[in-house]
Amino acid sequence: MELLNKLTAAFGPSGYEDEVADIIIDEIKPYVDEIKRDRLGNIIALKKGKTSKKIMTSAHMDQIGVMVSYIEKEGYLRFTNVGWVDPHAILYHIVRFKNGVTGIVSKEDKKEIKDLKLKDLYIDIGACSKEEAESKVRIGDFAVFKSFFKLVGDRVYSGALDDRIGCYILIEAAKRLKDNKSDVYFTFTVQEETYTSGAATSAFAIEPDMAVVIDVTDTGDTPNCNAMAVKMGDGAAIKVKDGGMICHPFIKKFLEETAEKYGIKHQYEILVGGATDGSEIHVSKTGVLTGAISIPSRYVHTPEELVDMKDVEAVISLLTKTLEEWEK
Amino acid sequence: MNYDVLKEYTDALSPSGCEGNIRDVIKSKVQNFGDIVVDSMGNLMVHKKGSGKRVMIAAHMDEVGFIVTSICKDGRIKFGTVGGIDPRILVSKRVVFVKNNLLGVIGVKPIHLQDREERGKPIPKKDLFIDIGATSKEEAEKYVKLGDFAAFESEYIDLGETIKAKALDDRIGCFLLTKLLKDDYDFDLYGAFTAQEEVGSRGAGVAAYRIKPDVAIAIEGTTCADIAKDEKDFVTTLGDGPAISLMDRTSSASGKLLKMIINTAEENKIPYQFRRGIVGGNDAGRISRAREGCLTCTISVPTRYIHSPISMIKKKDFENTLKLIKLVLKNIEKGEF
Repeated sequence: MELLNKLTAAFGPSGYEDEVADIIIDEIKPYVDEIKRDRLGNIIALKKGKTSKKIMTSAHMDQIGVMVSYIEKEGYLRFTNVGWVDPHAILYHIVRFKNGVTGIVSKEDKKEIKDLKLKDLYIDIGACSKEEAESKVRIGDFAVFKSFFKLVGDRVYSGALDDRIGCYILIEAAKRLKDNKSDVYFTFTVQEETYTSGAATSAFAIEPDMAVVIDVTDTGDTPNCNAMAVKMGDGAAIKVKDGGMICHPFIKKFLEETAEKYGIKHQYEILVGGATDGSEIHVSKTGVLTGAISIPSRYVHTPEELVDMKDVEAVISLLTKTLEEWEK
Repeated sequence: MNYDVLKEYTDALSPSGCEGNIRDVIKSKVQNFGDIVVDSMGNLMVHKKGSGKRVMIAAHMDEVGFIVTSICKDGRIKFGTVGGIDPRILVSKRVVFVKNNLLGVIGVKPIHLQDREERGKPIPKKDLFIDIGATSKEEAEKYVKLGDFAAFESEYIDLGETIKAKALDDRIGCFLLTKLLKDDYDFDLYGAFTAQEEVGSRGAGVAAYRIKPDVAIAIEGTTCADIAKDEKDFVTTLGDGPAISLMDRTSSASGKLLKMIINTAEENKIPYQFRRGIVGGNDAGRISRAREGCLTCTISVPTRYIHSPISMIKKKDFENTLKLIKLVLKNIEKGEF
């Protein structure tokens, strides 16, 4: 749990993933044969196999956040979103800048909550003037949402589980992986929340034969929610499709068979909106057979997200076995 | 500074997809600066050989415009827009067809014939047409065919401190890039005059795929919303210097590159501003994700009223942008980046 805590606490809005990358590199270095960070900042770590086939497995390092766009003369900060941010979800939450400065997200008093837009919000860092604010933050500075890390039974709530939980799973898989048949490229991508550009460029470099993307997904098990087959606690969610990719039937089947072979609890995921790094990877170069295993997660893209560690364990097992056994 | 070349550039008629006119003009100015390639998308690329590091500077050649979609029985021409144009600005504007310089006007029902309700509303695009003075479909077809392109017709005017012209987005970038290409650098400099930016940066991705840049800077004529009511809604302000982009819908500036650019501006006392807001996108998006990716940033000359027949820049902003980018390139040359 200490590792997951460290990963979620690291500062890493899209484009500024260095803190997260440093933790990951430290963790996986002993378990892989080669490791590098590319120009955009993706970590690509190779664990060699016995065949010439290449598998890419990816999780993104970046998290959603905000960026300062304007500083008012009274010292309030106006901001814009980094990745998809719901104004209602962040109202009266605390944001944290890289240098430790924190502020409260508040709204213009006369704006009705039901009509709330990001431009109606501002951040109060306790500064009394523009000058004072500018001594602490600048236009263009990024901030993330401050969050708690709390284990409640098997479940964890924390910020940035999208997709640090995926990073955690990849790290664990790298540690457990034994006798993998194909070359396995553990890929920790940048800028998924904004442009999925890290996935595009790393897939181009790796040129994999097959890819498995690890990211969070929504659930359909909360009061009065949209219908969705995924349930927290029901195991690893094998993706069928989302807004950016239809998983290759071949990979979906392989994941299914592997889960059954090893008795790993699993379910199927169909995500109506939203997409993952897979949207870029599966159409890279001449195309890549791509599938995804998702972690059922509640309150995605809010300051506190929730996952079940039993599901996480199921995803680690299914990913590890898949990486070991794939040789096609 | 002499702006004659800018006039030539903005006078050229070249909506996205038919960049031939502007490309020919640019080519005549840059052909002696390096090796020239025109690719299948219509991008014009100039390569100044150096030793190793590949630096790409991109400016797009195309402008917003119109395409003929049907010709009515009475000779009126229905059109689609090429690139983002607010239909409310189209009424009573002059347009010019690219292939034959034929003039037309976007006609509208006169006020006398509009009822009270109609007068209070903008006229939707489907009710607008281009009138070239033809009285029948047959007559119109002698001059114009389906798929023909037209551009805004507007005069280049030097107002002293400011310049008013059509298509300053992004002929101002092309003008700036032309000036940059005159200088020599140690690194491999690729000047890319790109095609089809206004319809989704289609040229830039292809150009970057060929060039394989290590670092790239896009030069733009960007939105200048200093006419908004509230200062916090301004995107850039005319006269406040080069606008450095932080992020938009297609890419965010590389933090490392950004820092170097800001330091360069501050050390040399060049005024600069940030491009606030994240709306819009440009060539940097496609360039940043071409192949294995490269570090990008966009530096823009603030431009009022873009995507209309009249856009406006301040000469001072242009000159400061040129100065800043030259110094940034010098820093790249020195290996500071």
